[in-house]
Amino acid sequence: MSENILEMRSITKTFPGVKALEDVTLNVKRGEIHAICGENGAGKSTLMKVLSGVYPHGTYTGDIYFDGQIESFGSINDSEERGIVIIHQELALVPFLSVAENIFLGNEQKTNGLIDWHKTNAEAAKLLARVGLDENPVTPVGQLGVGKQQLIEIAKALSKRVKLLILDEPTAALNDQDSAHLLDLIRHLKGQGITCIMISHKLNEIVDIADSTTIIRDGLTIETLHMDESVTQDHIIRGMVGRSLENRYPDHSPTIGEEIFSIKDWTVYHPTQQDRVIVDNAALNVRRGEIVGIAGLMGAGRTELAMSVFGRSYGSKITGQVAMHGKPVQLKQVADAINAGIAYVSEDRKHYGLNLIQDIKTNTTSAALGKISKRGMVNANEELKVAEDYRRQLRTKTPNVHALVGKLSGGNQQKVVLSKWMFTDPELLILDEPTRGIDVGAKYEIYTIINALADQGKAVLVISSELPELLGICDRIYTLSAGRITGCIDRDDATQENLMELMTKVKD
Amino acid sequence: MSETSGLVSLLTRNLRQSGIYIAFAAIVILFTILTGGTLLQPNNLTNLVLQYSYILILAIGMVIVIIAGHIDLSVGSVVALTGAVAAVLIQTHGMPWWVGVAAALATGILIGAWHGYWVAFVGIPAFITTLAGMLLFRGLTLLVLQNISISVYDQSYKNIAGGFLNGLLGGNGYDAFTLIVFAIGAAAFAVMQWRSRQARIAYQQTVESMPLFIAKIAAVAVITMAFAWQIAHARGLPIVLIILAILIVTYSVVTQRTVFGRHVYAIGGNLAAAQLSGVKVKWVNFFIFVNMSFLAAVAGVVFSSRSGGAQPAAGNMFELDAIAACFIGGAAVTGGIGTVIGAMVGGLIMGVMSNGMSILGIDQSVQQIVKGLILLLAVAFDVYNKRRAGTR
Repeated sequence: MSENILEMRSITKTFPGVKALEDVTLNVKRGEIHAICGENGAGKSTLMKVLSGVYPHGTYTGDIYFDGQIESFGSINDSEERGIVIIHQELALVPFLSVAENIFLGNEQKTNGLIDWHKTNAEAAKLLARVGLDENPVTPVGQLGVGKQQLIEIAKALSKRVKLLILDEPTAALNDQDSAHLLDLIRHLKGQGITCIMISHKLNEIVDIADSTTIIRDGLTIETLHMDESVTQDHIIRGMVGRSLENRYPDHSPTIGEEIFSIKDWTVYHPTQQDRVIVDNAALNVRRGEIVGIAGLMGAGRTELAMSVFGRSYGSKITGQVAMHGKPVQLKQVADAINAGIAYVSEDRKHYGLNLIQDIKTNTTSAALGKISKRGMVNANEELKVAEDYRRQLRTKTPNVHALVGKLSGGNQQKVVLSKWMFTDPELLILDEPTRGIDVGAKYEIYTIINALADQGKAVLVISSELPELLGICDRIYTLSAGRITGCIDRDDATQENLMELMTKVKD
Repeated sequence: MSETSGLVSLLTRNLRQSGIYIAFAAIVILFTILTGGTLLQPNNLTNLVLQYSYILILAIGMVIVIIAGHIDLSVGSVVALTGAVAAVLIQTHGMPWWVGVAAALATGILIGAWHGYWVAFVGIPAFITTLAGMLLFRGLTLLVLQNISISVYDQSYKNIAGGFLNGLLGGNGYDAFTLIVFAIGAAAFAVMQWRSRQARIAYQQTVESMPLFIAKIAAVAVITMAFAWQIAHARGLPIVLIILAILIVTYSVVTQRTVFGRHVYAIGGNLAAAQLSGVKVKWVNFFIFVNMSFLAAVAGVVFSSRSGGAQPAAGNMFELDAIAACFIGGAAVTGGIGTVIGAMVGGLIMGVMSNGMSILGIDQSVQQIVKGLILLLAVAFDVYNKRRAGTR
């Protein structure tokens, strides 16, 4: 038997127009804990989907050797058969089924074709003991917390005789105590000979637990580190972000005026798990003509912060103050926020921004219909004129504004969303991932629009996962880590390294 | 520069809509031939309008409910209850006919507020709320009628569905008044189209070429006047037809031209996006249900007036006919798509087919089977279209 349980050799995976992985190599030693690090969108999840057969053999190039044998997985079932189990960040448990039923879902314990409940519950109890979870196997999963659900996922993996366990951001949703317990369990499983791949943004955990770390950036393997005393978090951060800023951003010299928007002591709890803090005592402000960025890793609470401000569209037990021009405002519903001059452009334009089955003009006016109507009647001709104006102004590529939004490209859809919110004539625009899923050329155009908005005297708040983007367009950047604002850096002082350090900073 | 567009683009711009008109024309022609022309006979046309009026009135409200992504199963029971309220007040308590009508409409609005409260503010799915309403209001109907039918002898009340406006200008074997009303209607349509065309040109929008524009107006005018000619030779202008026309025009404007209408489409098309655009989703949903039951009350009055009273089983299965009319008329099962005019044509397709098959002496059982298949095919066509559009 070779030393490596897994070798992925020159894996290349392309999506239409994008190379997600290019010649990636990953070697995992038998019985180790192997961490994979990289920025959002670096290709970590894609690599794991290739490994687990979500992207079947043939849709990528390169070879996978597992346990000394070349593999061509056609589906998740194939990889599970060989002992590779992946636990996703969003847990895949059925809340109304019991712990035992969830563990054996798809692998039911049967006698003569009927489910053997004694066996199911007894086996489940044994597995629960292995993961150190003291719960009755007949308890519905929905009654347990996220930390315990994570352990049930691992118990489920163990029931499949797992050899290689892949954990995608296992501690992202856990509190410190549950995280510590989970990491202990991973070490314990290692002692039982189970190899583990862990994707994580929490660098302190990686330094603490991993035997090796592979760093991926822009779909390329940067390096694999052997984790001894000499490897520091700084070393990993350099590997994750080490990229030069090209001239992908239009030049812009801001004219910054008085403060337009500010929040203070802003605290938001999870909508259903009401003891989980999502945004913790945040304070920030944006001035006229200024483009301010919010940097944070997945799960840091960026979108949640923005949506909770925007008419309490997210969260529960929201406390704190919002002020426009220094005057406190109450934003109890979205209409209040729009009236106060706030616009929120969602990160997910298909689900939260657009009505895909309607045309461009209808979408353009949908957040400010009052401006083109009298006594409740919409002036269709005025609407056409408005939509045409924005089409020309933003150079949306479409024959006319009667085209259905669902048929436009990502960049053009984003322009329609921007038109929609520009038409509400806001003073503050919150742009959540304004260039996600957009090709490079269109990105440049969007940046130009953002600059133009700032020059018109609007305050702009940009949320982005891409640090180069924030460094390229923002005048000032706040960093957010686990719901807390951990820093605010001016454009001239900001580097990817110092941002990443603040973004991964944990509570002292 | 304004541009003009040709016939092909007019038809293909919205295949979903024009498809239904073509299907309707084909069915009318088919049954006219099969029945040897009886379908379009003056008396039969009048009957068709009278028989299907209440389904069409229900379909107007139902299409709005469906566009918003809901459903209302209770309308049959609401028809029964509101009709019963009117009949009991007029016949048993000797009230004037208009008191009965007002009470029926008020009952409808209250029922709508009840449904709207549960759907919009409590968050019970409309399917459950209105399924409960279907049982609840049928039960209340039985209670109000004490399980027996009531006949109303008030002629004014019976005229709502059975009356005709004619003889006002004297008869020469046909009713001149009917022709004049329809001529005014056709002229108004032409003027509105012309003004809208002028406005579009002023805003530099694409319009149809002038010959095509005139041909369109002329076609509508000819069909309208031919229909008017036929019913003028029967009993004249049915009052129900006037009620129906007012409702269709009003609700077409409400759905296409008002902020409320826009919000209905926005909610059905993408609920989350509508919420984040500041649409007050709860109130819009509430009023959708108030409106639905109000229209069900209108249909209830028309139905009880036509049947000369109230029966415990009145309006049974009407909800299904109304829902079928909407889907045949191009409304999307997933919400966000549909028009009042489409629902009317969908209802008329079913009406013409039932009527045509009855003339041909085809058994009820076969009629049901055909109706079922038509509904299935119409939605299958819709799904097919969407899939084709999606892969493009």
